[in-house]
Amino acid sequence: MSREDVLVDTQWAAAHLDDLGVVLVEVDEDTTAYEKGHIPGAVRVDWKTELQDPIRRDYVDKAGFERLLSEKGIGNDDTVILYGGNNNWFAAYAYWYFKIYGHEKVKLLDGGRKKWELESREMVAEVKARPKTAYRKTAYRAKEPRTDIRALRDEVVAAIGAKNLIDVRSPDEYAGRLLAPAHLPQEQAQRAGHIPTAKNIPWSKAANEDGTFKSDEELRKLYRDAGVDLERDTIAYCRIGERSAHTWFVLHELLGLGNVKNYDGSWTEYGSLVGVPIEREV
Amino acid sequence: MSNVASGCGAPDQGRDLDGVDVSRETVVQGTVTAAGKPAAGAYVRLLDSSGEFTAEVVASQEGRFRFFTRPGTWTVRALAPGASGEAQVKAAAGKANDISLNLS
Repeated sequence: MSREDVLVDTQWAAAHLDDLGVVLVEVDEDTTAYEKGHIPGAVRVDWKTELQDPIRRDYVDKAGFERLLSEKGIGNDDTVILYGGNNNWFAAYAYWYFKIYGHEKVKLLDGGRKKWELESREMVAEVKARPKTAYRKTAYRAKEPRTDIRALRDEVVAAIGAKNLIDVRSPDEYAGRLLAPAHLPQEQAQRAGHIPTAKNIPWSKAANEDGTFKSDEELRKLYRDAGVDLERDTIAYCRIGERSAHTWFVLHELLGLGNVKNYDGSWTEYGSLVGVPIEREV
Repeated sequence: MSNVASGCGAPDQGRDLDGVDVSRETVVQGTVTAAGKPAAGAYVRLLDSSGEFTAEVVASQEGRFRFFTRPGTWTVRALAPGASGEAQVKAAAGKANDISLNLS
């Protein structure tokens, strides 16, 4: 796998906006950004209301994913280019998700919405609905969900001291001094701290200031210097699994490492479990 | 703000502090301007005392931004098309610590 297989730059996206078979998808949690302006022709996916199960804490099931993509006018053969705000966190989460359900041609827009905006590229408020894929004829068909790229809680507890655990939150969240990213109020139910033996390598260290990913060489050096044995199995986590999807993308898709999983339960699950060990630096 | 734990993205920065118990928070907030006008849509990030990224938000239409952090010295850095700037703030607990930032 090479960078070109999983990533496009803003220049490529600008040149291929109108291509048949290319669908740009903006993925955000706060979708007001899309309403104010988005890349021309891009459809929107709401991370919270469309990618999450409305009742259980889980991602939408296979039938739900099929319905969603069919409604958005995305076909199995389309090349899906994902981008979003928050340094592509939610876009990376959606990428992981498209992979879980076996979509073949999916890529991230390097730098996401931020890079596009900082380059003063065209944004439009107008929403162009793509024709829905006729549900019976060419409806989207998802594969059975992959289990090799998702870690659940028992596997995480068993990984303490046995696999690489990478906590990609900010140093203050890792240490237990903050419970959430600093753009959110801090009062939370769960305990503060991190999973014992987890190394703190914030997702942000993998990205440049404009949101683009660092070079493969810089990335390899980042994890090696932090003492991560890249030959071992790895589980990445954050607070709810989208920042760690960003790091999963770096390790699994950019660096092509074999066994890397995203723990999407992350700290909001682990920090609420009864009886599991927690390390804290304060 | 009751369902904070269900999300993780930066919210709209134009909102007021209604519903947030400021006495339990350390708020760093302010306005970012460029050439004397609000820098709407600027990317504003909060860096800790070692320069490490802690959070990033998009400034509101009025150039407003807000972080919830802990007491200490922080750097606020902002990027807009063709302009950038940063400022330091000493944040105290239980209040909104205001700063203004001009980009050039």
